[in-house]
Amino acid sequence: MGDLFEGYGSTLAPRKTVSGVPAFDEMFEASVGAEGLAPSRAAYRELYQALAQLTQEELRGRTESLASSYLAQGVTFDFAGEERPFPLDAVPRVIAYDEWTTIEKGVQQRVRALEAFLDDAYGYQHCVRDGVLPAALIASSQYFYRQASGIHAANGVRIQVAGIDLIRDEHGEMRVLEDNVRVPSGVSYVISNRRVMAQTLPELFHSMRVQPVGDYPNKLLQALRASAPSGIDDPNVVVLTPGVYNSAYFEHTLLARLMGIELVEGRDLQCIGGKVFMRTTRGLKRVDVIYRRVDDDFLDPLQFRADSMLGAPGLMLAARLGNVTIANAVGNGVADDKLLYTYVPDLIRYYLAEEPILKNVDTWRLEEPAALEEVLDRLDELVVKPVDGSGGKGLVVGPDASPAELNKLRKKLIADPRGWIAQPVIMLSTIPTLVEDGMRPRHADLRPFAVNNGDEVWVLPGGLTRVALPEGQLVVNSSQGGGSKDTWIVGGDAPQRGLRGPDGLAGLVADQASVTQAIPIIYDPQDEQTHSPQDRPRSMAEQQEQQQQEQQQQASASLPNHVPKNAASEGLDQHHLGHGLPEVGHGRGGEGGC
Amino acid sequence: MLSRIAESLFWIGRYIERADGTARILDVHLQLLLEDPWVDEDTACRSLMGVMGSFPPEGTEKVTRSDVLTSLAVDRTNPSSITTYSRMPRRINNEKVHEFFQWVRERSALAVGITDSSTSRDEAWQFLALGRAIERTDMTARLLATRSLTEASGPSWTTILRSCGAYEAYLRTYRGMPSASNAAEFLLLDRLFPRSVIHSIARAEKCMSAIDPVADRVGHSNTVLRALGRIRNDLEYRPIEEILSELPEHMEQVQKVTREASEAIRARFFPTHAEPSWIGETS
Repeated sequence: MGDLFEGYGSTLAPRKTVSGVPAFDEMFEASVGAEGLAPSRAAYRELYQALAQLTQEELRGRTESLASSYLAQGVTFDFAGEERPFPLDAVPRVIAYDEWTTIEKGVQQRVRALEAFLDDAYGYQHCVRDGVLPAALIASSQYFYRQASGIHAANGVRIQVAGIDLIRDEHGEMRVLEDNVRVPSGVSYVISNRRVMAQTLPELFHSMRVQPVGDYPNKLLQALRASAPSGIDDPNVVVLTPGVYNSAYFEHTLLARLMGIELVEGRDLQCIGGKVFMRTTRGLKRVDVIYRRVDDDFLDPLQFRADSMLGAPGLMLAARLGNVTIANAVGNGVADDKLLYTYVPDLIRYYLAEEPILKNVDTWRLEEPAALEEVLDRLDELVVKPVDGSGGKGLVVGPDASPAELNKLRKKLIADPRGWIAQPVIMLSTIPTLVEDGMRPRHADLRPFAVNNGDEVWVLPGGLTRVALPEGQLVVNSSQGGGSKDTWIVGGDAPQRGLRGPDGLAGLVADQASVTQAIPIIYDPQDEQTHSPQDRPRSMAEQQEQQQQEQQQQASASLPNHVPKNAASEGLDQHHLGHGLPEVGHGRGGEGGC
Repeated sequence: MLSRIAESLFWIGRYIERADGTARILDVHLQLLLEDPWVDEDTACRSLMGVMGSFPPEGTEKVTRSDVLTSLAVDRTNPSSITTYSRMPRRINNEKVHEFFQWVRERSALAVGITDSSTSRDEAWQFLALGRAIERTDMTARLLATRSLTEASGPSWTTILRSCGAYEAYLRTYRGMPSASNAAEFLLLDRLFPRSVIHSIARAEKCMSAIDPVADRVGHSNTVLRALGRIRNDLEYRPIEEILSELPEHMEQVQKVTREASEAIRARFFPTHAEPSWIGETS
């Protein structure tokens, strides 16, 4: 038995909610006492048993290569202007297939509701007429763009890709923390994490039947092609990136490569007569679908920020004329608004006539005077977030903030109640994570990715688990010292796959993280390879014959000078040296070679 | 393919070749300085820097080996130093010089070899190869121009042949004595040696035709092909004595053509429109 989990429960004062409930641990039931480890949960049993065999050094040794391979691949993020490898933790998060089915349904439902809402918000706004939403909410949202009003994609999809951030609360229930339907990023980490994990812990993949994630680029390309303007048989799909200095540039190149499509920058695009073209060596080529990773603000200098060099002037006109599809659609940010988030359960009931499968986190709308009063009163025990920030930007955790910070915050809230929401401090669930001291519980969230092709919403089995590496840290963000974990959906039916063949590590990696399916390869026997006739095996006699000849020459050359017979070998050396000299001359000065 | 990508590939090709060529030239010349005590270091170093189109700062009295190394190999601010094209150490010891150049050459061989064995021969590859061919033409032309410019104390023909990795190939072709006219002829006009000016130009032409396969009935409409073809014919059909007697002028011409060709490629395949800047309504 290894010592991997030694001292796992040794955190002196584990963080608890105000009411004293500790965080839910994903791997171990009940809280871990000092006397020993509680039993592991069913989904983690196999993983725990395998990991418990290892020592810390073994696991560290296996993971050390991860970071260096990430740097080489360029899987980095920008931390204070410095390229750093995105830290990947060796212990995966495991979710049982049955629970995942519920999460999957919940994410699908949410995406469908947001899709319906966006269509409505940029259309007739029935939801306002029917009193589900206050009109001011849409109009006052910072990311509601009138420029996008009335633009519809050919297949009616606005959210080709969605990333719904989930957390598990202290009772073990999955809740939605925020919606990302603008340009959700991070899927490249899911794909490359899986590739690396399959190399690090191959034995577990063989026994645990982890759902592969390599299908994502296929599904995305299919969804993008499906959204092409009508009447185009073979749409030209491109990925629009802000450029090499963007922190997610690696993701843009990976997706473009895996989909086999062009990666363009704004300066490659040109809009003429309401159509979009890209500059190629063969002149202008029509572009039909743009998977953009540029923010709304920078997309079209004619409509938005006039100083933007990242987009192409005229893009919005082309989209309005239906000559190009921009995915995700412009203006989706209104659905990311945190104040709108509080209405999403109502929207699900209104548009889909269904009960929400995944609950929201309880939230106070500060526009309501009673709520504002309560929040101001209890500011030191709540989390306050700006409505337009994502990924923990601008967020204040009440218990962690100083009185001065809280006072400043109080003034801000009174000045702009529309700009903020408040939530109780949720204990994000913890997962064992390898840190300096050893294996310790750290808080984590989960971002599943959903791809909507118009007919169905497909959810990538797994998703990005982000983990906060500092102890007790509740804000999970890569720019604030966060890492990631691979997310394994285990059990259930293996999709489009029979029994796993006797394929090795390469097959396993390919199976898990690449687009193509790994199949066992069996070749028919072929003829022997041919060789140069000069390379036929020489018999001993032949070799000796050549050697003898040389010796005889030596002997005959040395005889006239009356050199004693035992000096023949010396003569041989000189002979070789004589040949060697000009070669030394050639070699000098570093030519030859290549 | 995208113009921007094609342009990058073209320049990557040029830079790989330039790093490789510079490493070879410096390696051979510095070795020579070390071995031959009669060479005047200052003159030799000045001519070496001159051939790469970089000049020692005004007022430098004596140019030494380390100046050359600093400016052509490791100076990040000098646009014609090797480090500008690749990530490399900031300083190298004099003793490590040879290993360093060896390393540069191995890296470029690696880069070229990988693309050669694993990329399809589509436009991407053609642009890379085009860049390499054009850079080779330019490099060899520069070296050939040196010889006659600094007749007195410049490098011997053997050195020049070695700089191009052509010494053995030359010996095998002409069997023996390096003579000025034979060596120049070899580096200029040999159709089989991959670093000769003619071979490189022909290679560039082949790439260009592959990228733009237009068979004109009258003349050539492709300006790049026109420039390359003209200089190739000029070199091929002119009597060798005539070229040799005016070698610097002809090599100047070759370098001019490579610049023209590079410019024409840019204009034709990588058009950069003035970046539009939208300042909104002006009232």
